[in-house]
Amino acid sequence: MPAVTETLETVQSVTEQGYKWGFETDIEMEFAPKGLNEDIVRFISAKKHEPEWLLEWRLRAFKAWQAMEEPRWAAVKYPPIDYQDAYYYAAPKRKAAPKSLSEVDPELLRTYEKLGIPLKEQELLQGIAVDAVFDSVSVATTFKERLEKEGIVFCSISEAVQNHPELVRRYMGSVVPQGDNYYAALNSAVFTDGSFVFVPKGVRCPMELSTYFRINAKSTGQFERTLIIAEEGATVSYLEGCTAPMRDENQLHAAVVELVALDEASIKYSTVQNWYPGDAEGRGGIYNFVTKRGACRGARSKISWTQVETGSAITWKYPSCILQGADSVGEFYSVAITNNHQQADTGTKMIHLGPRTKSTIVSKGISAGQGQNTYRGLVRIGPKATHARNFTQCDSLLIGDRCGAHTVPYIENRCMTAKVEHEATTSRIAEDQLFYCRQRGLSEEDSVGLIVNGFCREVLKELPMEFAVEAQKLLQISLEGSVG
Amino acid sequence: MLKIEGLTAEVEGKPILNGVDLEVPQGEVHAIMGPNGSGKSTLSYVLAGREGYEVTGGAVTFRGQDLLAMEPEERAAAGVFLAFQYPVELPGVGNATFMRTALNAIRKSRGESELDAMQFLKLARQELKSLSMPEDMLKRGVNVGFSGGEKKRNEILQMALLRPALAILDETDSGLDIDALKIVADGVNALRSPESSTLVITHYQRLLNYIVPDRVHVLVQGRIVRSGGPELAKELEAQGYGAIQAAA
Amino acid sequence: MTALATGTAGFLARFEGLRDQLPGARRPWLNALRADAAQAFAAAGFPSRRVEAWKYTDLAPIAQAGFAEPLTAVNGDVALPARIVPARAVFVDGRFRGDLSNLKDVPFRAGSLAQHLGETQGRLGALAGKGALDALNTMLFEDGLIVDVPEGVDGGVLELVNVAAPSERPFAFHPRHLIRLGRNARLTLIETTTGEAAAPYLHNPVSEIALAEGATLIHGRLQQEAASAFQLSAVHAELAQGATYDNFTLNAGARLARNEIHAALAGPGGACHMNGAQLLSDGQHADTTTFLDHAAPNCASRQTYKSVLAGRSRGVFQGKILVRQAAQKTDGYQMNQALLLGPEAEMDSKPQLEIYADDVKCSHGATVGELDAEQLFYLRARGIPESKAKAMLVEAFLHEAVETVADATLRDALMGAVDAWWTQQEGLAA
Repeated sequence: MPAVTETLETVQSVTEQGYKWGFETDIEMEFAPKGLNEDIVRFISAKKHEPEWLLEWRLRAFKAWQAMEEPRWAAVKYPPIDYQDAYYYAAPKRKAAPKSLSEVDPELLRTYEKLGIPLKEQELLQGIAVDAVFDSVSVATTFKERLEKEGIVFCSISEAVQNHPELVRRYMGSVVPQGDNYYAALNSAVFTDGSFVFVPKGVRCPMELSTYFRINAKSTGQFERTLIIAEEGATVSYLEGCTAPMRDENQLHAAVVELVALDEASIKYSTVQNWYPGDAEGRGGIYNFVTKRGACRGARSKISWTQVETGSAITWKYPSCILQGADSVGEFYSVAITNNHQQADTGTKMIHLGPRTKSTIVSKGISAGQGQNTYRGLVRIGPKATHARNFTQCDSLLIGDRCGAHTVPYIENRCMTAKVEHEATTSRIAEDQLFYCRQRGLSEEDSVGLIVNGFCREVLKELPMEFAVEAQKLLQISLEGSVG
Repeated sequence: MLKIEGLTAEVEGKPILNGVDLEVPQGEVHAIMGPNGSGKSTLSYVLAGREGYEVTGGAVTFRGQDLLAMEPEERAAAGVFLAFQYPVELPGVGNATFMRTALNAIRKSRGESELDAMQFLKLARQELKSLSMPEDMLKRGVNVGFSGGEKKRNEILQMALLRPALAILDETDSGLDIDALKIVADGVNALRSPESSTLVITHYQRLLNYIVPDRVHVLVQGRIVRSGGPELAKELEAQGYGAIQAAA
Repeated sequence: MTALATGTAGFLARFEGLRDQLPGARRPWLNALRADAAQAFAAAGFPSRRVEAWKYTDLAPIAQAGFAEPLTAVNGDVALPARIVPARAVFVDGRFRGDLSNLKDVPFRAGSLAQHLGETQGRLGALAGKGALDALNTMLFEDGLIVDVPEGVDGGVLELVNVAAPSERPFAFHPRHLIRLGRNARLTLIETTTGEAAAPYLHNPVSEIALAEGATLIHGRLQQEAASAFQLSAVHAELAQGATYDNFTLNAGARLARNEIHAALAGPGGACHMNGAQLLSDGQHADTTTFLDHAAPNCASRQTYKSVLAGRSRGVFQGKILVRQAAQKTDGYQMNQALLLGPEAEMDSKPQLEIYADDVKCSHGATVGELDAEQLFYLRARGIPESKAKAMLVEAFLHEAVETVADATLRDALMGAVDAWWTQQEGLAA
């Protein structure tokens, strides 16, 4: 059963008793004035009733950010961002939510239909008042109980700061230090919320933390901060995003995700992101600049990143693994599509510090239209990473002759017993292949979909099952109109 | 079933087919033989609707419909099947997935119900058995790492599943040893029926010992210059194409 | 002031002091060329590690060395490497030595650039790049090899020998080589650079190679500079329709060497094969940076580079392949392999692809590691002692690279150099 249907049925079962709270519209809109300065940072911290240590933390990050320069080295071009021309806390709604689906852009609805998203979910995504009114707190309660039984904490970062401050203090900023890069510093100063997951020793999280996330992610924050901690022997699988195209008022998204895996722990983090890519001329799309890093602190720990990126005007993200613990494993599986005028500069960094650490990188880039797709990867083997192993496979598929596919791998090996293997290939959808499929009865669109999915197969099979199916459909839709 | 009248076609501006006339009645097997460069493969690509092969004149009627006006997948849905001479590879696309998708696309266009994975597998297993092909062929990528013989057999397997009304076999025997040839021929023969027709395109007579045609046509410089019964093939084998080419 | 800045200022001062004595000082076009280069060099300076193309190679040691030797020709005897073929052009400290050369039976024009400067207006600098290496050379070159092989002529094999004469003080020389082959002409050029200076020297050669339609140049380079020397070299080749450029570079000497090869496939149907081997022992740093520009359709390129790193050494390989939108049906392949023989060796590799055309076959591979344990075991299980087994595998690794060289003379010369290097390593290990 698709995750979406399960979600709604659960919601409905919970709502059978009826609700006290109506659906919120434009009531409480407290917001900070435009711009970014120390006062705004204080305002945010105060609004969230944060302890002193966290305010200090934010201010340090803010000072660091002021001293930094925006990076311009990625192979992406975009007009300069005015950081003072934005709201950093609760932007007022400029438009009222549509009253029914008939007010929604039919293009968007067509996409929802193709992705197989049921009507109710469509309404939810558009912020339309639903009959089965539910309160996010109530639904949260149901799942929370199930998780609490195991000792698992899954809540917002804000809640975690209040209820588990020692955990937050110990781990936040330990994987991505404030001064790590421009966007991480910005995020550390003004982050408003995000997810916090803590799985105690020896516990296997009994459910994919994705179903739950769907409900909570009605409006994704601009500066999200996520922290996932898996103690010794713990396992957890977390899915971020959804296949439905997400529009947002805010153009810049600069999230920070930190993962910590102790001895024998395993964290699987999957992302299916379909941010609004801008119109066919490339205007108005989302800029997605994210810092994601996982620390394999413990021996035999494992962190696995899987991503399907089909949206956003500009993507700049390098989910990375620091392989510290002996025998730890880092994996990166990625499909990135750029069509029309999209630009993606994405890849990974695998830093091997401990002995017998292993990393696998499989990156599939698909360029169509005038899209520019760059894989940028770093494999660094430190002198103590004896017998470390890396295998990288980087494949590009070009559709049409107006797009570009680029590969920029950095391989740095300081350990003689380590072995690094890197391979990159470029191909296109050959006419022979298309004709073969069509002669067998498949339409051109279906043929392209079939071949592209075949190309991405290795990556798609790493996704949690219910999303693999949606991801396949998503790939096909993203390439509409690109062939011929 | 198939009626070709005065068909002329060009490839990259060069005329290859120069007025082909051919009629293949329902239920019959016709062979097209000819020297290299005579236009055999071009004819099969034109019938299947491949881009780059430009029809400059003439008409092709398939089961009463104007074949040349149809897209490749529409021709497939109408019942045309081309067994390629050099089947292409589709990395990452599972053989079973591919065939089921194609079968269902064709069934859908005919208003028939689609098969689910289990139903398809059952059907596929049957065909594999009768073709003496191993079941693991279904799990492999389409033609990926297949030997020449395996690729040809994969084409016949698809033919068995899609049950076309008109099967065009483009030099199916090239690159096959006798044993593989027999398996392929057995497969083709098993699919012969009064409702379907087959067009066998070949350079050598050998295949026609196993797939015995009702009529044999000789294609030289883009035109059919002679037609006859199965004995014409043997005559060609004995004498070569020289005499016929000279006369053309 | 940083070392790089001092170095930059130092070379600029040197240029100011010498500009009136440099060859061609009375030719306005050459003066203008040199002045522009000086301006460019002043603006950019010696590249720091923050410049992407110089990320892995630090030029501070060169900048720090301070080269101040005046221009004096060395006319006496110098030790020359063993002769490979009869025809050879010899340069000592970057200046042509007619007495040590043998160009009399050569069926094409070959000689000293300084003696033919007048005719090179418009040609000199046409293919050189805009980077620091090239600017430095343009500023300060005195001489170099000029070669013109006329249409249809097979020039046979020519040796180009560059020797750095022994000196007490650090010195620098910047030869500029202009090689031109006419339509369907052929030439095999074997370039050897050696030195036995007591003081460190900087050898900064820049070659501009123009290959007309159908021409073929086989270019073998043996870099065997003195152990304390620095080499900053750049080769720029432009291939017209159907031309072929085969480059094999063996990098075995110098304390710090940067070997840049830029090849542009400007006409359809061209072929470029760039292969090489970097042999590094203790204390050495070698950087091979290649740039292959597929600007026209139907061209093929192949690159195979092997590096063997012993002791505390650092190897760098940066190979960029650009396939422009018009370059459909490109067939490009690049392989870069490194063997680390000791715990203090480091290899940095950055194979890059920038592709704008879709009907292309373009791939690259890179591996870095140590000798294969399975292979070692197999040899030992057959009775071969460990050290011998290792030697066999390293030799096999290197020979694989050299085997790609079609020209027998060149191949033998390279094989000899490789074996000599390995013997020396074994001697060090014993």
